[in-house]
Amino acid sequence: MGSSCCCSDWSPISRSPPDGFVSPQSAVFIFQSVAITGVLALGVTATLVVGGFDLSIGSVATSAMMAAAYVMVVLEQNALVAVIVCLLIGALVGLINGWLIVYMRVPDLLATLGMMFLLVGLQRIPTEGRSIATGMTMPDGSVANGKFSDAFLALGRHRFDFFIPNLIPVSVVVLLVLALLIWFFLEYTRFGRMMYAVGSNERAAELAGAPVKAYKIWAYVISGVFASIGGILLAARLGRGDIASGNNLLLDAVAAALIGYAVLGAAKPNAFGTAVGALFVGILLQGLTMMNAPYYTQDFVKGVVLVVALVFTFALSGRDRG
Amino acid sequence: MVGNAVFRVEGLRKSFGRNEVLGGIALDLHAGEVTVLMGANGAGKSTLVKIVSGVYERGGGTMTLAGQDFAPNTPAEAIRAGVVTVHQNINDGVVADLDVATNLTLDRLSGKGVPTLFNPVRVRREAKAVADRMGLAIDLKARVSDLSLADRQMVAIARALAHQPKVLILDEPTSSLSSAEADRLFALVDRLREQGVAILYISHRMSDIRRLADRIVSMRDGVVSGAFDTKPLDYEGAVNAMLGRKIHLDQIVARSSARAVLTIEGLRIAQGARPISLTLGDGEVVAITGLVGVGKTALAETLFGVRRPLAGTMTMNGKPYAPRSAGDAIAAGVFLVAKDRASSGIVGGFNIERNVSLPFLKRMSNFSVLKRRLERATARRQIEQLGIVCRSEKDEMSALSGGNQQKVMVARWMAQHAALFILDEPFQGVDISARRDIAAKLRASANGRATLLFVTELDEALETADRILVMSEHTIVGEHRNADVDLDRLLAEVAGGPLHSAA
Repeated sequence: MGSSCCCSDWSPISRSPPDGFVSPQSAVFIFQSVAITGVLALGVTATLVVGGFDLSIGSVATSAMMAAAYVMVVLEQNALVAVIVCLLIGALVGLINGWLIVYMRVPDLLATLGMMFLLVGLQRIPTEGRSIATGMTMPDGSVANGKFSDAFLALGRHRFDFFIPNLIPVSVVVLLVLALLIWFFLEYTRFGRMMYAVGSNERAAELAGAPVKAYKIWAYVISGVFASIGGILLAARLGRGDIASGNNLLLDAVAAALIGYAVLGAAKPNAFGTAVGALFVGILLQGLTMMNAPYYTQDFVKGVVLVVALVFTFALSGRDRG
Repeated sequence: MVGNAVFRVEGLRKSFGRNEVLGGIALDLHAGEVTVLMGANGAGKSTLVKIVSGVYERGGGTMTLAGQDFAPNTPAEAIRAGVVTVHQNINDGVVADLDVATNLTLDRLSGKGVPTLFNPVRVRREAKAVADRMGLAIDLKARVSDLSLADRQMVAIARALAHQPKVLILDEPTSSLSSAEADRLFALVDRLREQGVAILYISHRMSDIRRLADRIVSMRDGVVSGAFDTKPLDYEGAVNAMLGRKIHLDQIVARSSARAVLTIEGLRIAQGARPISLTLGDGEVVAITGLVGVGKTALAETLFGVRRPLAGTMTMNGKPYAPRSAGDAIAAGVFLVAKDRASSGIVGGFNIERNVSLPFLKRMSNFSVLKRRLERATARRQIEQLGIVCRSEKDEMSALSGGNQQKVMVARWMAQHAALFILDEPFQGVDISARRDIAAKLRASANGRATLLFVTELDEALETADRILVMSEHTIVGEHRNADVDLDRLLAEVAGGPLHSAA
């Protein structure tokens, strides 16, 4: 993905870029700023493809972050255990979401909304609502002495050399790898194709021999696992289990996926569009920041972009087809 | 005949675009009489009903109610004038979350001169008056969503009758009722007939028609093709007028088969239905015909594994065959072109190529990665084979005509070799030339598989099949080799004698 062309073509606000806007470092910075959102957005794309929706991704990510901190700080386990626990949480939440939607017939928005509340509450219970950091006092009065292992923190802080030393952070690599994976999965495998068929005409897919229920559940598992990966990256970046972080993840990720509908006139959820949508939002915010726009205008601008993208997708492309 | 017609329709026309749906309908309804309207899908029945009930504007012709010109612009106007329609979908006629009493008086909650405040006592009193007049024995405080389908139907009709109509139109009112529930409805219809209401009763069920009809009017292709009012009523004549032959047929050379592909024994597909036994042979094209609602689609879905039979066994090429899903059926070589392509066939987001490859993605991929070149080659071959008119295999489905869309559906399932190829109403919404193309293709490629068609129109069966089976009441009631078919006997079987009186 050519990041420099993104900057010149897609960001009307940065017409006359301030110095440094198109440097490799600033491109990487934009990637890094959208890495976690992007990973979540790729996951939610899978549920959009089967005609569903997942509102629980933000809280899955923060739950995974809290779980990672709890496993390492309180239970004093290593990085591998923490990562595995996070991924299991994501998969389990996805399974439950899928089960609620497919077998209990709860509408997708409501099921995942319920799951969101449930997780927001659940992640606070083990520490009685406190953030998790080394040296914190536990509810029973003892002191948690574990710490984030260096291997885990490297996920958030290590940078790979790429022409320039220490250029690309791990989170950006993770984003790119997952984007490629899900793009290949959706476009080039029979499973991805069938997921699109399920989303477009469920009955036709079923009569073509597809196990529709399984496909739907898998979509939510993918979404849950991606969200938990986002949570791992968040924990590694922060180095603590911060109860207050990750509030914006859900809305930003959903916005990225929905903006992706409009990319290249696809008019459907797609992995490439989602990645572009995430980058677009990142570039826009970066441009705003460089123009010294106040932070509180950011959400407004994101909202405007989302609404415009949705109008492009639904009203305009629908008209083309008559 | 009882006096003059209360409601009279003359020369009624309606077109949608260039497509003429009604070509000059004449219909009289008399007070205290049940007129049954029969017609296959697409004959124009529902369009007629929608014009009469004020949903559509008429294209031409006159309607008079009790001698006065009747031209409703909205459903509300039609109801106020005294023409009340109970639509097929019961839930359109009731509000599920409200109680029975409110439903019965719902139409008095809006309009001019209605008090702003809702007075439950008055509502209940009015509702009770309506219910008593109809002999309705339903708890007025019950929520409609807690009622059985039959009770909801009763409430919908009672609500309609609260307007004291002169004309009542019932559109397939028994299509989702059991026979005991239907009996209650019939008793109600009898009562209304005695009260002098002119009733237009639309149905496919011969048992309903035999029970209720004073007159029968058959429709076909937007015109009245027969009216029967001398007792005893000529039911077979009515069916013939509705389905009968209209075009000169290409002569079929009926083939018979030596090797059995599928054997069905004692298959029961509905409660109270008699078991079905039949054999389908290699190279044979068999058509199963029958009216709407006699279980054709249920049988097709049972063969395709999306519906479980209540009893019976199937044998496919000598091996037991008991599919538990569409996937099972496809793996066993049983393919189904499902009825109603828009809802159960076409994937709207996919182009022709992807629609064609849909069921066989597994066979078209290596380690689950799609072989796109093979996919495209298959689509091109199938477009060529079935003569699908399109610019390329990348065309969107919405760009194709109905006939070509159907060809894509057939092409999809002909892309691989089938042991048993089932097509449920493959000619619905298909123009005559596409229909001929598909039928010819089916016959030309029939060797090496058994082909089974489900069609309502007799012509379609006579045009394509070697053998014609007749279905009625969820079972097979007749069999004909398609050479010198005894049409009278066939029609009599379609019209169905009183095969079972109690269920």
